[in-house]
This record gives sequence, C-alpha cells and structure tokens, in this order.
Amino acid sequence: MLSIYTTLNPGVERLTGKGINIRFKELQSDIGFIKDLELSIGKLSEERWSEPQGPTPFPSIIALRNWDRQLLKRYPPFYLPFCDLCCLCTYGKCDLTGTKRGACGITIGAQQSRMVLLATCIGAATHVSHAHELVECAIRKYGAGFPLDPGGLAVEVEAPVIRLVCGIKPEKLGDLEGVLEYLESQVTCLLSSVHTGQEGDNLDLESKVLHAGMIDQVGMEVADIAQISAFGYPKADPDAPLVDLGMATVDTTKPVILIIGHNVPPAISIVDYLAAHRLTDEVTVTGICCTAIDVTRYTANAKIIGPISWQLRYIRSGIPDVIVVDEQCIRTDALYEAEKIHAPFIATSEKNCMGLPNRTQDPADAIVRDLVSGKMPGVLILDPAKVGEVTVRVAREVAPERRKVGSLLSTKEIIELARNCTQCKQCRRACPNDLHIPESMKAATKGNTTMASDMYEVCVGCGRCEQACPQNIPIHTIIISAASRTMGEEKFRCRTGRGAIQDVEIRKVGGPLVLGEIPGVVAFVGCANYPKGGKEVAEMCVEFAKRRYIVCTSGCSAISIGMYRDEEGKTPYEQYPGSFDAGGIVNVGSCVANAHIAGAAIKIASIFARRNLRGNYEEIADYVYNRVGAVGVAWGAMSQKAAAIASGFWRLGIPVVVGPHGTKYRRMLLGRADRDEDWYVHDRRTGNEVYVGPVPEHLFFSAETKEEAMVMIAKLCMRPNDTGKGRAIKLTHYIDLHKRLLGTIPDDIYRYVRTMTDVPITEKEEITRQLHAHDWVENTIPDPTLLLWQIKKQEQ
Amino acid sequence: MTAIEPWQTAEIAGPKRASVIIKPEVADAMIQRAKHPVLIIGHLAAAIDLDDHKMIDYLLLLAQKGHIPIIGTGNTNRELQKRGYREGGIMPAVDIGQRLCDPTWKGLDGKEPYDLAIFAGLPYYMEWTILSGLKHFAPHIKTMTLDNTYQPHAHWSFANISVKDWLENLKAIIENLEG
Repeated sequence: MLSIYTTLNPGVERLTGKGINIRFKELQSDIGFIKDLELSIGKLSEERWSEPQGPTPFPSIIALRNWDRQLLKRYPPFYLPFCDLCCLCTYGKCDLTGTKRGACGITIGAQQSRMVLLATCIGAATHVSHAHELVECAIRKYGAGFPLDPGGLAVEVEAPVIRLVCGIKPEKLGDLEGVLEYLESQVTCLLSSVHTGQEGDNLDLESKVLHAGMIDQVGMEVADIAQISAFGYPKADPDAPLVDLGMATVDTTKPVILIIGHNVPPAISIVDYLAAHRLTDEVTVTGICCTAIDVTRYTANAKIIGPISWQLRYIRSGIPDVIVVDEQCIRTDALYEAEKIHAPFIATSEKNCMGLPNRTQDPADAIVRDLVSGKMPGVLILDPAKVGEVTVRVAREVAPERRKVGSLLSTKEIIELARNCTQCKQCRRACPNDLHIPESMKAATKGNTTMASDMYEVCVGCGRCEQACPQNIPIHTIIISAASRTMGEEKFRCRTGRGAIQDVEIRKVGGPLVLGEIPGVVAFVGCANYPKGGKEVAEMCVEFAKRRYIVCTSGCSAISIGMYRDEEGKTPYEQYPGSFDAGGIVNVGSCVANAHIAGAAIKIASIFARRNLRGNYEEIADYVYNRVGAVGVAWGAMSQKAAAIASGFWRLGIPVVVGPHGTKYRRMLLGRADRDEDWYVHDRRTGNEVYVGPVPEHLFFSAETKEEAMVMIAKLCMRPNDTGKGRAIKLTHYIDLHKRLLGTIPDDIYRYVRTMTDVPITEKEEITRQLHAHDWVENTIPDPTLLLWQIKKQEQ
Repeated sequence: MTAIEPWQTAEIAGPKRASVIIKPEVADAMIQRAKHPVLIIGHLAAAIDLDDHKMIDYLLLLAQKGHIPIIGTGNTNRELQKRGYREGGIMPAVDIGQRLCDPTWKGLDGKEPYDLAIFAGLPYYMEWTILSGLKHFAPHIKTMTLDNTYQPHAHWSFANISVKDWLENLKAIIENLEG
C-alpha cells in the first residue's frame, strides 16, 4: 500500500483540482494479496493548511443524511400542496389527492418534497453557474494564480463555507475551479434524484433539499469572494460607501444606462469604458436588483434604482436610454417593454439570449449603427468588453433623440382609460396581493387617482393585472402614472455591500452572541414579493436594530430597507452603523453575499469557539444550531434561488421566516412545541439527556403578518446554550413584542424558562404565576448537542 | 364572472373541490353537527368593512352564538382584545394547520380533537395553501371557509359572492344559530 502512495505522490501536484480513482482487481504487495481494492480521493491539493481534516470533506449527497434526519425529526414537513397533481411525466397527470399514489407510486407528500428539491436544484445551479462565470472571467483577466483576498488583513478565515464543506483552504482564484467542479457534480446528482422512479421517500428528498442548499451556499461564497478579490469591492468594510438609491437620484439630462440582473462583468465593463474615455460624469449608470448592488460595490458613482419589482415602473418611466440585461430575475418581457420606449436592448448572457441575434463577433461600429438606427431593437453580445463599448456609444447617440419619452400618462389620459373599465374584477383576481384595482379605476373615472396612487407602494410590479384585463387597460401604467410624484421623490441612500464579516468583529461579538447577551442575528434577505410593500421589511429591520440585535441584509431586501426614512429624513443605513455588532445594520451585498452571513455563524464556531472547520460540517452545524441565535427572514421570497438560500441556512441549523406568499413553497418545517419528547439534547459534559424546550421552535415558518413575524423572530433567536442572563434578555424581547403586537403576554413562557435566572425581572410576577400553573420544575442548562459522538469525543 | 371558480384566477386546484354553501342553513348544519368546532380568524377580518362593522365583529358574534372557540392568527388577537374578547387562542396559521393534521391533538383547550375548522380573514392564497394541506393530510377533520371567495380546498365554501350577499348570509347563519 505504501508503495502505491509513494509512486503516486510525484503526480499529486499535477492533479490539483481533480479527483482521483484507483482500482486494483488483484494486488500482490509486501503485506499480502489484496483483491478488489478501490481508492477514491475526491480532492488532492498542494497542502499548506495544518488544521486536521474532518470527517466529511466534499460530502456526497448522502454523507450528511444522519444530520438531516436529526433536523427533520424535530421539524417534519407540513405540506401545503400547491397542486394536487403531478405532471412531470407522460403517465400523468396523476391525481395524488389524499392517500392516492401516482402511476410511478409517488405520494402527495413525496411529490411536494420532490418539487422543493427541483426548485432548490434550480436555485443552486443558478448560483453555481453564476459563480463559474465570475471565476472564469476573473481568471481570464488576472490569471488562476491571482490571490483570493475578500477581507485584507481583517479576514484570515477567507472562505468559511468552503473550508467547512470542502475541507480545503482556497488561496487563489484557480483553487475555486476544483470547488466548482464538485458543486456541479452535486447539482447534477441531486437533480437526477428528481427523475421519475428515483427517490420516493419524502424525508430522503428533504435531505437532498438540504444538500442542495449547502451546495448553493458554497456556490454563493465562491462567487462573492471571487468578485470581491478580482474587482476590488469593499473588503469586509463596515464603512462601505453610502450610494444613491431611487429614481429621483438620476440626472435625466444625461444619457442613462439601465442594467438588470445579477452577474456584474458587463456592468463593470460599462463603468470601465466610461472611465477610460473620461465619460463618467457624462453618462449615468443605473441598476435594478443585485447587479445594481454589485456595480455600486465597484463604483459609488453608479445608482441603485430599486429592487426587482421596480423593473416595469422604471422602464415605463422612459428614463433609461439603453437597457442591458445579464442573468437571473429579469423580466422575460424586458425586451418588449424596452421596445415600447424605444430603448435599445442588449442581452449579455448565454443563459438569457432573449431570441436576439448573436453579434458578439461583429465590429462594435456595426452593432452601434444597427441599434441606433432602430434596425435592430436588441442584440446579444457575449463579450463583456464589447458590451461596455457598444452600450456607452449607443446611450450617447440615442439619448438626445429619445428625450426620455416613456409611457407615463397624464391625469386626463388616466381618466379616459379608466372609463373603459367594466368592473369585471379580473385584474383584482389576477393580483397576487388582491389589490382593489376595480375600485381605484372607478374612482379614477371621477378624477380621483389617489386610490391608484396608493397602490404604488404595495404593488409587486408583476403586471398580471394588465394581462387579465379584457379591455386592455394599461393598469400598471395607470398606477405608476398616478404615483408619479412619489416616483419623483425616490431619493435615498443605501450602504453598498461590505462583503465578509471581519475576524475581529467575530471575536468581539462571539461571546455575547453564544451566551445570548446579544439577543440574536437577524438577516433580512431575498426578493421583493412582499404582501404589503417593502416598508414592512424596513420597519422590521429598524425594530431589531433598535433592540440591539445584529441585523444583516442583502439583495432586494437590502434595497427595500434603504427606501424608507425616519422623521429626520434619514434612511436606516444613515441611522445605524454598518458594523457586525449589536445595533448594526450590515448590508453584506448582493444575493451571493448571503454566504457571508452563513460564514459569520460558522466563523463564530471557528474563531470564537475554536472548533475545527475543516470538512467538519455536522459538528459545526450542531454548534450553530444549539448556540448561535440567528434567524433568516425572506419577507418577499419569490425565486428558486431564495428556496436554495433558505435550505442552506436550514442545514446549518438556522431557522428562516418567510412572508405569507412563502406558503407557496409547498411545505414548512415546523416543530411541535407541545411535544416535550422532541426537545431533548445530549449534555456534552455528562452524556445526560436534558430537556431544553422548543428552541428554536421552527426551521421554516411562514408568517401571516409583519407583527406575527417579529414575535416569531424574537422567539426563534433562543438557543439551548443561552446563559440565564442571555435567556432573560431574549425573553424580554419576545414578551415585549408579543404584548405590543399581539396584545397579551405569551402563554408559552414556561417552556423557555429553565432556571429562575432565565426570568426577566420586569415580568417576574406574571411569569412565576405561569410557571406554577404548569407545574414547572427547574432544569439544568446543558452543554448542548444533538450528536452522540460529541459526547464520546469528550470522554476520550 | 363565473362564481364557482377560485377567486385568484390561476389557483387551479385538483379534482376534489369544495362544495358550495348555497344557503346559510348549510353552514349552520355543519356547525351544529360538529362536536368540537374551532373558528380560525385571520388578520384581514379586522380590515374588511361589512356594513357599519368589520368582518371580525360578525365572526365574534357567530362564535359567541355558536359557542365556538376562536384562534386568532397573525395579529388578530389584538383586535379581539380591543373588542373585549379575551378567551381567544393565539396561534400562527401554519402552526394551526400543522396541528390539525394530527388526529390526536386535543386542541388549544385540551378537550378533544377539533372536528370542524372554520376559516375566515386570512390572505386568500395563504388560506388556500393551508386548506390544501388539510384536504390531503387531515381526513379526520371537516373544513369550511366563511370568506366571500371560493376556496376549492375546503370541504365547504361560499362561491365568489358580493359583499351584500355575503353579509346577508353571515347574518342568517348567526340568526339560525340563535334559534
């Protein structure tokens, strides 16, 4: 055996980034005759990292199945079938109502989990593919040896998720290629499990959902550390710049470029071209969705217009002269909308060609000529550098002719159009939020456009109302036209994405967080499919910042939070610091920067608690689950990526709260607080089983209202490891929010009190009464774990 | 507008769909037949105007006349408190959905499993998904909705009816319970 390794060793370095498989049918060696020997080594690398390798580097899709089962036992799926049928194969459609099984034998429960797995695979594939493009782009520009540097001197644990999952310590861009190879193999394998006649057990499907989430989290980290390193974004900087946000920040006297999507290289090329030609002050670069955040991480001159739901309203305003799209979350009718305002359109991603001719190989002059003349409404250009040149030149040439003409209506036109409304209510029935559109049309016919204007704030900008209207009334345009004054006042400041959390910040807050004295980390992430507008996210964010939680944010939620002001006219980013500390509001960046929030939880285990990260997923997830009071909130979660992001947090033991639309994700993962037997942990010190109460009560929870969400967030921050003082602080917030928002003191406090030191002084009398009523007995506070082998480790 | 179809046009359910409450006596019969009904009231009940009152006022009256315990979801409990009703249980909608799927769960009052769950005032799509969960996983319980929009996943639901018809129906249901 030894001679085999010796022989192979010279080849190891050349095999960096590749897996290796060695198989011997028969082998005669010094130690004897060996038959059917197979060695599989997933990863070989030039090794300079002394941390011992954990048990699950590059885990397969079942390597963490036992951990998943532990979680799923506590939080079994509560299914909310979005459809009673399965229509994935030609046996179907199959009716799966109740206990019926489909032609392949699948049940309604397994089918829901299967659809969730499909969604999370789509999400993970999207992030991994995005990461792949960013890494390739960065390597093309700077070479595979370019060092990864997401945090300068402030960050030593540069890639906590990759270290944890893959068991490697990436140092340069080229190291990420091997990680991507692993991720792509996992997504393929997971997706194959969804095929007809594959996985049929609902909990095994759910375990694979969790694996997809973990893969997604690694993919996001690859993407963000690659772009931070290559493009020179803020490096774990709490004072990342405040940038302009909102339509009213745009100087409409200049040519305006709009970029929509998530994958930033084309946007960066536009900025670079402007800089190289000294045109930065003459052309305005604006963005919607995550590309907007990422381009402002590159240059604070760019402007964020709004979240994903601002696409239709901004395009129809007529302000953008050229529209550039990259990938993800882009309206598929963006080209059609661009044509209506005569704005040339440029698609830049292989994943989103939009039916346009590929002009990548054509000279820039010819492309510019065709777009400016209107010979072509749009083109596909797959070379970011060419996108930069063509976009800027086209914007400068078309802007004087276009004169920002959009499709906004005058009050007179609104009244005329509203008169065509027959009150059939098809618009309201198509509206995701059941907005009272027919009533607003009726009011508009009488010259009152206030109702229409009021809907602007809560409209998610989907445009389904217009599709449903048999009279072809441009309802969305009426809403935004009625709110043109509001649009004209959208002028805010948003802190751009700071990226990772510094190691020193983790050292500072690790203790108070694990002991419960900082009551929790609340992360507002995800899309803008809000039930009542983005204001609710901002209000929740400010409430928890005021209460001295650490508030993190990313993506469209980060944008929405910036769109509201206090009485002094300040946005939350101007009121609260950007540091990862109690009372901070930390915008980590775009969707892929979510990895830094997970990374912070992981780094608490590593830096504060000195647990080994390397390939040691189960132990670290167990640590985070039992000790780090973190909660994710995706109030407007809409996409498959959001599903994958949530799944990644679940596997790490972090609960996620979604808004009411989140029930359409087909199932919740809910605990049963009333079943005491579900809430025992092992005490690592003694091996005893200790009742710790339902903490955290749920892993995936949909709240009906903002008020319910806030109470639940405070509750979900409790962890078994909280000290008495920490638990008392957490209970104080839970009780206070419950009283203020739901009108009463909660009736389940007795479940969360372990010793009398847990009881907040202010409510002692009432709580003591409740404890007596439930025959409460004092319990111990354990050193908690769900893992039996953690006890053995202590004994050894 | 065709009445017996989901309120949100695209929310097409499967083959098993709710029976329509064509007259108030149907709802009354369901309530009176139930041994342990529960009324689950969502936050919209306090926002919807019915005549000079809010929907929640009629639901409260119905609960009192029919001796039906109330569970407030979302932040409904605050509105119940404002109206002097202090016996209401508080539970998030997804939690009550999950609990109802357990045939051994004895309800918030700990008496016996609920056999009729009446829903009202939740966002349409959220009620839709929760009723779907109950349709598939809680065969031991009947479900009814008192909103004025058709919920195909319930056992019993009004069709998409006007506010005027809805109010008349609610008043009649309450009146019949008094009788």
